[in-house]
Amino acid sequence: MADLNDEAVAAALDAPVGRGEPILQVRNLKKHFPLTQGILFKKQVGAVKAVDGVSFDLYQGETLGIVGESGCGKSTVAKLLMNLERATAGEVFYKGQDITKLSGRALKAVRRNIQMVFQDPYTSLNPRMTVGDIIGEPFDIHSEVAPKGDRRRKVQELLDVVGLNPEYINRYPHQFSGGQRQRIGIARGLALNPEIIICDEPVSALDVSVQAQVINLMGKLQDEFNLSYVFIAHDLSIVRHISDRVGVMYLGKMAEIGTDEQIYEHPTHPYTQALLSAVPVPDPEARAHRERIILTGDVPSPANPPSGCSFRTRCWKAQEKCSQEAPVLAIPERFKGQDTPAAHFSACHFAEEKNVVPAH
Amino acid sequence: MSIIDKTAAVPAPRGGDHTGPLLEVRDLHVEFHTRDGVAKAVNGVNYSVNAGETLAVLGESGSGKSVTAQAIMGILDMPPGKIPQGEILFRGEDMLKMSEEERRKIRGRKIAMIFQDALSSLNPVLTVGYQLGEMFRVHHGMSKKDAKVKAIELMDKVKIPAAKARVSDYPHQFSGGMRQRIMIAMALALEPDLIIADEPTTALDVTVQAQVMDLLAELQQEYNMGLILITHDLGVVADVADKIAVMYAGRIVEQAPVHELYKRPAHPYTRGLLDSIPRLDQKGQELYAIKGLPPNLLKVPTGCAFNPRCPKADDLCRTEIPALVPVTEQNGADLPGRKSACHFWKETIHG
Amino acid sequence: MPDVTKTATVEDAVATPSVDASAPAEKPEKARSLWGDAWADLRRNPYFIVSSVLIALLLLISAWPTLFTSASPTAGDLVHHFLSKPELSKVGSAEWLGYDQQGRSVYARLIHGTSASVTVGIAVTAIVTVVGGIMGMISGYFGGMIDAVLSRLTDVFFGIPFLLGAMVVLQAFVERTVWVVVFALAFLGWTQITRVMRGAVITIKQADYVHAAKALGAGTTRILFRHILPNAMAPVIVVATIALGGYISAEATLSYLGLGLAAPTVSWGVDISAGVAQIRVAPHVLLWPSIMLSLTVLAFIMLGEAVRNALDPKLR
Repeated sequence: MADLNDEAVAAALDAPVGRGEPILQVRNLKKHFPLTQGILFKKQVGAVKAVDGVSFDLYQGETLGIVGESGCGKSTVAKLLMNLERATAGEVFYKGQDITKLSGRALKAVRRNIQMVFQDPYTSLNPRMTVGDIIGEPFDIHSEVAPKGDRRRKVQELLDVVGLNPEYINRYPHQFSGGQRQRIGIARGLALNPEIIICDEPVSALDVSVQAQVINLMGKLQDEFNLSYVFIAHDLSIVRHISDRVGVMYLGKMAEIGTDEQIYEHPTHPYTQALLSAVPVPDPEARAHRERIILTGDVPSPANPPSGCSFRTRCWKAQEKCSQEAPVLAIPERFKGQDTPAAHFSACHFAEEKNVVPAH
Repeated sequence: MSIIDKTAAVPAPRGGDHTGPLLEVRDLHVEFHTRDGVAKAVNGVNYSVNAGETLAVLGESGSGKSVTAQAIMGILDMPPGKIPQGEILFRGEDMLKMSEEERRKIRGRKIAMIFQDALSSLNPVLTVGYQLGEMFRVHHGMSKKDAKVKAIELMDKVKIPAAKARVSDYPHQFSGGMRQRIMIAMALALEPDLIIADEPTTALDVTVQAQVMDLLAELQQEYNMGLILITHDLGVVADVADKIAVMYAGRIVEQAPVHELYKRPAHPYTRGLLDSIPRLDQKGQELYAIKGLPPNLLKVPTGCAFNPRCPKADDLCRTEIPALVPVTEQNGADLPGRKSACHFWKETIHG
Repeated sequence: MPDVTKTATVEDAVATPSVDASAPAEKPEKARSLWGDAWADLRRNPYFIVSSVLIALLLLISAWPTLFTSASPTAGDLVHHFLSKPELSKVGSAEWLGYDQQGRSVYARLIHGTSASVTVGIAVTAIVTVVGGIMGMISGYFGGMIDAVLSRLTDVFFGIPFLLGAMVVLQAFVERTVWVVVFALAFLGWTQITRVMRGAVITIKQADYVHAAKALGAGTTRILFRHILPNAMAPVIVVATIALGGYISAEATLSYLGLGLAAPTVSWGVDISAGVAQIRVAPHVLLWPSIMLSLTVLAFIMLGEAVRNALDPKLR
């Protein structure tokens, strides 16, 4: 259906977005993976609600961090934003176009502008292609971006931009270390000069001493190329460092979202508080005067989430209301209209402020 | 009365006449013979652990931290691995000179190990109760029924809820955190004197990490065990360790009590690591980053292995390997337990 | 349990032979593709050297048998009694390995029979790899209904006993040339490759580099031929090489049973079949084609094993 107005879509996608304007608007995004039985004729017997109604905006030029534990659906969100998975319901608006409904040429045009950096630098590069082929592949696919004779030079420029020796162009991925491979992955993501880069745990597979190099590189590239990042990670310290705003996910839903100061210094959702208090701080002194909230139990199965608030099974504040009524993501009633950092979106019936990060 | 209760009541040092450290590694070398050449994974490591003490071994991939642990456990693949030099003294006896039979007696009973990946360390086709009970059936010749009772006791011990109901479940029916608890229970089964935990919480979520680390620390106190905690995470270490050994390219570059290390690192590598991790409680502009790449073990740089990445390096560092020497206060006063392998440790700690 | 740690150890210890960007003075490392690495590995493997020399010799014999013997494999002369002693000192002559019952040179038949076996082996493998490979790739990549149908079809063919099935197929042909045998074996043999290919494709299509290519807007053709196929080839090559030996012995078995090739076609299977009758009085008639057959099968299995070791990704 989108093929009819391909030209119009392509034209709309070339329009620039002003700094601070929303460039990506996610509305009630859902991804349910069906659980099936049977071999030839499959019968659906249930669904894993990996992402279950997530909404947020990404503003031009900012970094939006998304944190959560394994199984919270954050990586599925990345795949949905990239259209690598088809959404079950909901919309992702990019410059007014719902990209979840696009296909064919219009989708290909969108892909030029939204790129991805993957978690595992060992599996995200084709082991049988040279670095030059890997970084040059975007130009093969979108041949309008760079004329053929120009590609080798472009690839070498990209290698240089990400801090690798341009002479490495004929080498293969296994000849590089993890950090260098991640740089190659970033160069590939940059090749088409995108506006948005979705980063799915881009440094969690790297050594500590190399993580800082890659994070700094990503910061530098953001300024240089005017990029907007969605930065998905489980490491709260890294997310704080790089993000302007942060969303906290739990069991397929957004629990709390706000600026980094609002989330880290004035969290109002009990899950965010527990998460922050559990982060090991590399400072035994700070550890002494800090309250730790140790959650009991494990994350429930997304195939069978609790009724009402999905966090209530592990929450120390849970009451009758929590099992009956799912809290909506909004500014909590008690903070409404107040000029306090606690007045940000939080999906809890009993939201209250609690500072769990020790002041430095 | 169970065995567990017995020890809980008597937390005194066990094993009698030996008075030195529980485990002592002396000048250990390990190399791997690969088709690209000889990789020197461990190049003269010395450390010791006492009963009831936690030693954290901190390092990146390729630092030799896991290889050292595998050498202690005797689970190194030989070949391609080889131990050309060194001693591993357990209660004063060199394990490298023991027969395979003697080592097997120590492994599991006296020294147990916990791995990072609990799922692949458990047998997927046997119930958790059976695998826990196996220890008792094999080593103590218990009946199936008694072993099952023991298994439930152990699962209670590591705080697995509804242990009685879950003893017949299979590993995949447990969550990651619960599986790691089962691994801990297995390691504890025979009440070892020493536990080696190799990245025990790396695969777990933060909220679960804290639970598991707390459990480990609690049980260690109760049983008065020695614990070697191998990790790359400076945060995890800060929470539980007594002393830290920082490894780089198969050598210990710095050794210190935990509080001291964070306050005043005496090696540029440790300092770099501490500076390069983002902090939860502050938002910096740009992170400090150690330049360059972790060393290639097939071709360790001459002199100090850290020299190509070190901001302080000069000609001396490129030619002479610095020894691990005691670190002192500016006025020469002793700093007990502190050592650094840097030609410029004075400038690093005091400068 | 230590298996996990094993791989971890090697990773940990050997790290990636990486080059430091800050040390340009270092001797430049050459670009080494995975195929290149595997080749370097193979060249040092004695099993590979022995098996490839054997196979090269076999290929040469089947292409130009007259280079090795001038005697005719079919011209019998009862002057040469099959009970007369082989002249083992006269290497390469017609009488070297003795004569068979009809007075034909065993050596000449051995040489001329090579081509039948080698042709069957190579042709069946080629057909099976192409057909099975395509089926497996389609099945694994597209999944869903296509996969369900193709997989059940594969199961049906897999369920037919290989030799029994081939016998039934061969019954349908009056004249059983080499190509009829090739058809019969390929008709039943493609399932193995299909399964291997399907498995490999399913694993690889979940790799991040395939996601990355999709995210860049790559089409199905590019993803299949540039990303999936090159990475799925390794296990297929190994299985196909080992299977090649199996096809050669299957041809011999069918010929022995009188259902494959038949005289006047010259083949080891035909000779083994004929030789069995005289096993007590003239064992050499049976012995030599049997040895050749075993050596050929062994050579291909050894080659397959050597290739498997060289391509094993765990080693790097």
